[in-house]
Amino acid sequence: MKNATHCIGALAILSLPLVGCAQGGGEPAAPRTAWGDPDISGAYAEFTTAPLERDPKLGDKEFFTPEEHEEFAKQRLTQAFDADDTEPGTAADVHYSMGQFALSENEGVTSLNLRTSIVTQPKNGRIPALTQAAVARRDARAEMRRGREFDGPEMRSLTERCIVWSSTQPPILPRGYNSNLQIFQTPGYVIVQGEMGDPRIIPTDGRPLPDNLLPQWNGTSVGRWEGETFVIETTGFHPDSAWRNASENMRVTERITRVDEDTLEYAFTVVDPSTWAEPWGGTYPLTELDGLLYEYACTEGNYGMANILSGARVGERNAAKQ
Amino acid sequence: MRTAVALTVVLLVAATAQSQVRSEIPRASNGRPDLSGVWQTLNTAHWNLEPHVSDYPAVLELGAQFAVPPGPGVVVGGAIPYLPEARAERDRRFANRVAEDPEAKCYLGGVPRSTYMPYPFQILQNERDVVIAYQFATGFRRIFVDGTDEAPLDSWMGWSNGRWDDDTFVVEVTGLNGLTWLDRAGNYASGNGRITERYTPLGPNHLTYEATIDDATVFSQPWTIRMPLYRIVDEDFRMLEFKCEPYAEEKIYGQLRKPGTGPSAGASTQ
Repeated sequence: MKNATHCIGALAILSLPLVGCAQGGGEPAAPRTAWGDPDISGAYAEFTTAPLERDPKLGDKEFFTPEEHEEFAKQRLTQAFDADDTEPGTAADVHYSMGQFALSENEGVTSLNLRTSIVTQPKNGRIPALTQAAVARRDARAEMRRGREFDGPEMRSLTERCIVWSSTQPPILPRGYNSNLQIFQTPGYVIVQGEMGDPRIIPTDGRPLPDNLLPQWNGTSVGRWEGETFVIETTGFHPDSAWRNASENMRVTERITRVDEDTLEYAFTVVDPSTWAEPWGGTYPLTELDGLLYEYACTEGNYGMANILSGARVGERNAAKQ
Repeated sequence: MRTAVALTVVLLVAATAQSQVRSEIPRASNGRPDLSGVWQTLNTAHWNLEPHVSDYPAVLELGAQFAVPPGPGVVVGGAIPYLPEARAERDRRFANRVAEDPEAKCYLGGVPRSTYMPYPFQILQNERDVVIAYQFATGFRRIFVDGTDEAPLDSWMGWSNGRWDDDTFVVEVTGLNGLTWLDRAGNYASGNGRITERYTPLGPNHLTYEATIDDATVFSQPWTIRMPLYRIVDEDFRMLEFKCEPYAEEKIYGQLRKPGTGPSAGASTQ
């Protein structure tokens, strides 16, 4: 499987007709683990050409035509590299090379996805508006930080602090920096680990979520097989994890299904009445990587945090001199 | 004659005990011992691998609660065979442990230290991979069963190739970056170290853990630590997250915070 040609690689999208993805012959038997579960193990890229939310101009249009998709995907795939086209000598020109591995959203492989957005529920492909309670929580957090954004590490984002990442915490969403994950299966467990850290060790014996969950940054998960689909239920989040302003009671259902040799479908639904009046969710493909994931030691190399804070202190001293 | 009879009895008892152990070991469908489960040590190796008496806490204000408890050590033969300059470096690290021990900074524990830190870890196993998830700093290792590839680059947890030697799972660990310590007493190995771990079941709820440290940069000869691992048998036990990053921030970045401000929780979002 590791050596299989990807359905559509980044370059293939630009150069090959989309029929290059068509399967020839009969359906191959879905792979199984030694103990008979569907085999979803491997290392996968989360990047997809579909944006999280649909362009409102597209209304309820769920899929691009292949021609529309080709044009759209071309834009998405070149976007990151265009960020290098800054004017030399300007402040905007001081940035990493976005073509450098791991800094671009797209790390070279992605399965064909004609969808116009990751969000599929509601039908307009847009995340429902926050409830008043969620707006109040969001504003209170923002108020607490206002003018103090660089005071100390606790004022920086959870991602800068190496605590949680949207590409790792359920529901998993590609975010454009090491958005990859790996899945291991053992009798009784599925382990889902985002490249940025934190393995989720998910029991597969169908046990219910325990009562009285202690808050966890990544929630607590239980799983079960429904035919070919691995279904994960997660809740009990840390109140500060606040995924898109959600509460600690957010309930996430994830469904992972193998769709072909190189592709899993990842679908999710989130329910949190104190944050959104209605459930919402989406789907996107996970594309098998031809390679391994390596250790991402975040806090061990977090020079960014030290530089952000020391830069702020220098700025304050300079301001005081003037 | 009496001696011979007694010896025979002893050997018979030993053989029976051995076969009883073999029959009690949980096994995977391929017949190998099933190491999966949550394990933890029950010793003071995380304080000091060598034999040690009790001692003051590294920070005196913490008092008896955080004093160093005594322990007989886990080094086979008692003492670590340091080269003279390396022993001096160990002593320097001990003196500077409050500032320098990577554990206090929430850094990954490396191998073998992660095994005997005072936190549980979970082994999960299939025929191709054995993965170990450590509670501390959410450390994670993938051990390639019968793997032969080399580490493409150094890392905190290293590169692990495992193989079964009868009922013992033997793991060769290379590609360690040498930035971890071996305990809170400043013991260490270099990035040139090669660690050979051996996990041997003693029965359904106990393993013997051994690690041989071969590192000519720091030691005059390879040396071995040995200790039991205990299965956490609590019903429905689940490893909780121990994301230690927030607790190390003031230590690492405190000198960079805005003067007059202090830590406060709950401000961050993604």
